[in-house]
Amino acid sequence: MPELVLAAEAETNPFLPAIYDITWSLVVLLVVMVFFVRFAIPRFRQILDDRAEAIEGNIAKADDAQRKAEAALEQYTAQLAVARVEAGQIREQARADGQRILAELREQATSEANRITATAKAQIEAERQSAVQSLRSEVGSLAIDLASGVIGESLNDDARASAMVERFLADIEATENTAPSAGKN
Amino acid sequence: MSNAAYLLIPMASEEGEFHAPGIGEFLGLPALFFADTPFEINRIILVRLLAIALMLFLFWFALRKPTRVPGRNQSIAELALGFVQVQIADQILGKDMGRRYLPLLAGLFFGILAMNITGVVPFMNISGTSIIAMPLLLGLVAYVVFIYAGIKALGPGKFFKNSLFPAGVPWPIYILLAPIEFINIFIVRPLSLALRLLLNMMVGHLLLVLCFSATNFFFFTAGGWVGLFGVGTLAFGFIFTFVEFAVYILQAYIFTLLTAVYVQQAVAEEH
Repeated sequence: MPELVLAAEAETNPFLPAIYDITWSLVVLLVVMVFFVRFAIPRFRQILDDRAEAIEGNIAKADDAQRKAEAALEQYTAQLAVARVEAGQIREQARADGQRILAELREQATSEANRITATAKAQIEAERQSAVQSLRSEVGSLAIDLASGVIGESLNDDARASAMVERFLADIEATENTAPSAGKN
Repeated sequence: MSNAAYLLIPMASEEGEFHAPGIGEFLGLPALFFADTPFEINRIILVRLLAIALMLFLFWFALRKPTRVPGRNQSIAELALGFVQVQIADQILGKDMGRRYLPLLAGLFFGILAMNITGVVPFMNISGTSIIAMPLLLGLVAYVVFIYAGIKALGPGKFFKNSLFPAGVPWPIYILLAPIEFINIFIVRPLSLALRLLLNMMVGHLLLVLCFSATNFFFFTAGGWVGLFGVGTLAFGFIFTFVEFAVYILQAYIFTLLTAVYVQQAVAEEH
C-alpha cells in the first residue's frame, strides 16, 4: 500500500514525485540525451571540422599557388638571363667569325693575286726568253748571211761567226739600254 | 507574490468569485491519457512532451543537411550549440574536458530551456519543469555525473578525500568541516539544483496566473471603479511575462553552468 500512500500524498505535496511524472521525466531525459549525444553534437562538430578543414585547405591551396607562381617567375627570370648571355655570346662569336672569314678571304685573294701575277711574270719571262733565243738564232744567221753577202766571203768558221754575232748583239743591247734612259732624260 | 495574494484574497472572498491560484495548478490535474497507469499524461506532462518534441525537431531540421556555408536555420542551431560550447563547456571545463561533457551539457541546457519556455507560450502556459520529478531527475543526473567524473579522474579515495577534507586547513577543523562538506556536496548540491529550478518555475507560473486571473476578475467580475485595478494587474502580467521569459533562460543556464562547475571541482586536484 505504500504506493497508494505516495500517490495520494503526491496529490498535495509538490516535493513528492508522482509515478507517471517520474516515467515521463525519464523518457524525456533519455530521448534528449540520446539525441544530443548521438546526433546534435556530433553533427555540430562535423560541421565545424569540415568548415575549418575547408578554410585551411583553401589557405594551403592559395599558398601553393603563390609558391608555384614565384618559382615560375624565378625560373623565367633565370632562363631570360641565360638567354641574354647566350645571345651576347652568339653575337660575339658571329662578329669574330665574320672578321676571321673576312681576313681569310682577303689573304686568299691576296695570295691568289700574287700567284696569278707570279705566273704571268714567269710566262712573260719564258716567252721573252724563247723570243730572245729565237731572235738570237735567227738574227745571227740573218746577219751572217747578210754579212757574207756584203763581204763576199763565207764565214765558215763557227767560232768566229758566233763571236761576231755575240759582239753585235751586245752592241745592240748596249744601245737599247742607253736609249730608254736617254729617252727618259 | 504572497503579499499580493493576501491583499487579494479578502476582496475575493467578499465577492465570492476570485480564487487565488495555488498548488492545484500543478498537482491533482485531471488525466488526459492512460489514467491511473505509470504512463498517465496530464496537461503538464503533455506540455513537457510537446516542448521536447518541438525542440528536438527544430535541431534535427536545422542540422539534417548541414552545409559548409550555413543557411539561416543551421546558423541559429550552430549559434545555440556554440553558446553552450563556448560559454559553459569550454569556459568552465577547458577544451579537453569541455569536449567530453559538451553533449551532456547541451542536452541539459536545451532540455531545460525547452521545458521552461512553455511557461510563456500561449495555450501551454506552464513549464514542463514545474512538477518535481523532472527537476529532481535532472539534479540526479548532475549528481551522478560529477561524482562519476571525480572518481574517474582521481580515483574514489582521492576524490572523497579532496571533497571532504579540503587542503590548507588545520586538521582539528576537519571535525567540523568534513560533515559540512559532505552535506554540502553530496546532499545540498543535487537538491538545490532541483529545487531552484522547480521553485522558480512554480513561482513564476503562480505570479503570471495571479496577475492574469486578477485582471480577469477585475474586468469581468468586480466591475465599477474597482475594475480599474485590472489595468494595473494586466500591466504587471505583461511585465512579468518578459521577466519570466528571462528567468526561464537564466534557470536553464544556471543549472547547466552549475553542473559544469561541480564537474570541474570534482576533477580538480586541489580546491
